[in-house]
Amino acid sequence: MSSPDHAPDAQRERVMLLAGAARDEALAFAGCKGEHAARALASGLLPALHSLQAEFGCISAWMIEPLAGTFNISQAEVRGVVSFYHDFRNEPAGRRVLKICRAEACQAMGCETLITRLKERHALTPGETSADSKLTIEAVYCLGNCALGPAALLDGEPVGRLDPSRLDQLVQEVRR
Amino acid sequence: MSTGETAVHVFIPRDSAALSAGAERVAQQLAQEARVRKAQVQIIRTGSRGMFWLEPLIEVETAQGRIAYGPVKDSDLRGLLDAGFLQGGAHALRLGPVEDMEFFKHQKRITFARCGAIDPLSFADYRAKGGMTGFEKSCTMKPEDIIAEITASGLRGRGGAGFPAGIKWKTVQETSAYQKYIVCNADEGDSGTFADRMLMEGDPLLLLEGMAIAGRATGATRGYVYIRSEYPHAVTTMQQAVALARREGLLGAHFDVQIRVGAGAYICGEETSLLESLEGRRGQVRAKPPLPAHHGLFGLPTVINNVLTLAAAPWILTHGGKAYADLGVGRSTGTMPFQLAGNIRCGGLFETPFGLSLRSLIEGFGQGAASGRPVRAVQIGGPLGAYFAASSFDTPLDYESIAAAGGMLGHGGIVVFDDSADMAKQARFAFEFCAIESCGKCTPCRIGSTRGVETLDKLLAGEARERNLALIGDLCEVMTDGSLCALGGLTPMPVMSALRAFPEDFNNAARQARGLNK
Repeated sequence: MSSPDHAPDAQRERVMLLAGAARDEALAFAGCKGEHAARALASGLLPALHSLQAEFGCISAWMIEPLAGTFNISQAEVRGVVSFYHDFRNEPAGRRVLKICRAEACQAMGCETLITRLKERHALTPGETSADSKLTIEAVYCLGNCALGPAALLDGEPVGRLDPSRLDQLVQEVRR
Repeated sequence: MSTGETAVHVFIPRDSAALSAGAERVAQQLAQEARVRKAQVQIIRTGSRGMFWLEPLIEVETAQGRIAYGPVKDSDLRGLLDAGFLQGGAHALRLGPVEDMEFFKHQKRITFARCGAIDPLSFADYRAKGGMTGFEKSCTMKPEDIIAEITASGLRGRGGAGFPAGIKWKTVQETSAYQKYIVCNADEGDSGTFADRMLMEGDPLLLLEGMAIAGRATGATRGYVYIRSEYPHAVTTMQQAVALARREGLLGAHFDVQIRVGAGAYICGEETSLLESLEGRRGQVRAKPPLPAHHGLFGLPTVINNVLTLAAAPWILTHGGKAYADLGVGRSTGTMPFQLAGNIRCGGLFETPFGLSLRSLIEGFGQGAASGRPVRAVQIGGPLGAYFAASSFDTPLDYESIAAAGGMLGHGGIVVFDDSADMAKQARFAFEFCAIESCGKCTPCRIGSTRGVETLDKLLAGEARERNLALIGDLCEVMTDGSLCALGGLTPMPVMSALRAFPEDFNNAARQARGLNK
């Protein structure tokens, strides 16, 4: 996704800058040489992808080529990494992101009822963004809040003991 | 808020679980009310004491010691102030000193001694409460002697596999290389576990101290903490703790640490897959051997340990390996922070020497299901752990006893289900989860998990019952024996244990009678 106020070239330069910084920092920290340093070169890739997604909202197809160049790996390898990890998106999320835990401890507290409610009452499905782009729902497997389930994370802020009415309220607030 | 000398100290947790229950609003409301009333209050943010059903649990420093109140809502604060809670006054939410509470006083807090009690980012508090003594002692010792203490303690890997930590450290120490690494596995992905998160948010310096000790013992000068992205608050606290530890000299040129953030792949909790991820690749499992202790990160010797394993090292160094080994039972030495989760009335973290019975945790301290219904099943050790029926609740909680009962202790998480649970659905989910999270490297895991879901669906649809049951058994055998790592290798554990302990849930007539087949 290119935003209108940046020329693609400027964006590409920004990607190279962020990725290069992540690469150099990782390599310097690893403190190794020779064949080991060759392996350590790509160790900044995940930090780079995180910082790119934080700035651009997603990892777009056009970023693959400059990333491959920066880390001296093939474009296929970069694509392979991006597609392997659930966190990296190929298009931006909605304005807010609600992650709902669907793992065992939250199942024991009825998290599936919440997923059904999202579908039936709000036409929202995990992995999708609302038509008004205001809310993305994601299923996650454990947020480490397993004694206060069903657990959720709204833009990184933890929510515990989520129940249907609280969920309705939350969705309404976010989509207002 | 005021910081005058006469200010009353109020401790409010910033732990994620406490935040999920409204701790931030409570802190803000208290600050505001204190301003309005011109009360001298200093709010200190802490980790959690681990009694999550009482969160937000706040404590007030009074002449009679620290008095706890909870669960406190922001709307309770006026009433609390009116009741004189700043002096420890009586109120319906008053719990008394934390140390006197049933859930707390029967614990033996070693790793979590400071968690919830101190400001996690105050080096002075850390030191005042016994921090740094282990590291300082290690600085006066030879690497072999540090490892001898760890070996003598009997400390075993707390991530799940239970491998003796001393042997791992010794292997790395004896492997010569110009660069070695300490990698902390903080990719705590098992449902029902939160001890790593709680520690990183509540006492992050302890983990860094443990890593620095491991560094001294093995000759490693660099360390990484790989934290899952689902733990944004733990990431922030650990990053701040690293900066603090550098300023205070715990970290530096002798041993330094970088925080790395995962990207939502459960498999990266597997040690070789985590190393792949740190190297910037897909988190695909490596075949062993070679062991990470010989060829680990970037091909160099690497200690890879769980958060709790590394965090146990400072206490062991301070008090000696023998003191640690004196706790626990048999080959399960020391303490384990058990985590009571799921449908449980009093859920939280309970650190105790190994050997306590499942029943005393679930029915005693945990007080049964949150729903008020009978407890029907528990899953121990995360999504790859076995399901147990109430008839097995007298099993002692230690590595060997749980293994003998057909399960694994794993990272010490215990997820409770009430009698509304559908155990066939839980078995199906085990296969489904394996299919979602499989790294794809080996066939039994990649294909077996999907075939497992399909076969279970056929079974539950009433199709060729005997044949499909036999197929599931065969499939599980292949996955157990033929998978590269624990994900494929242990997925059969929840499946087969559910089949064994709850056969009625896999029987269509019985399902219909219970109204499960909708």
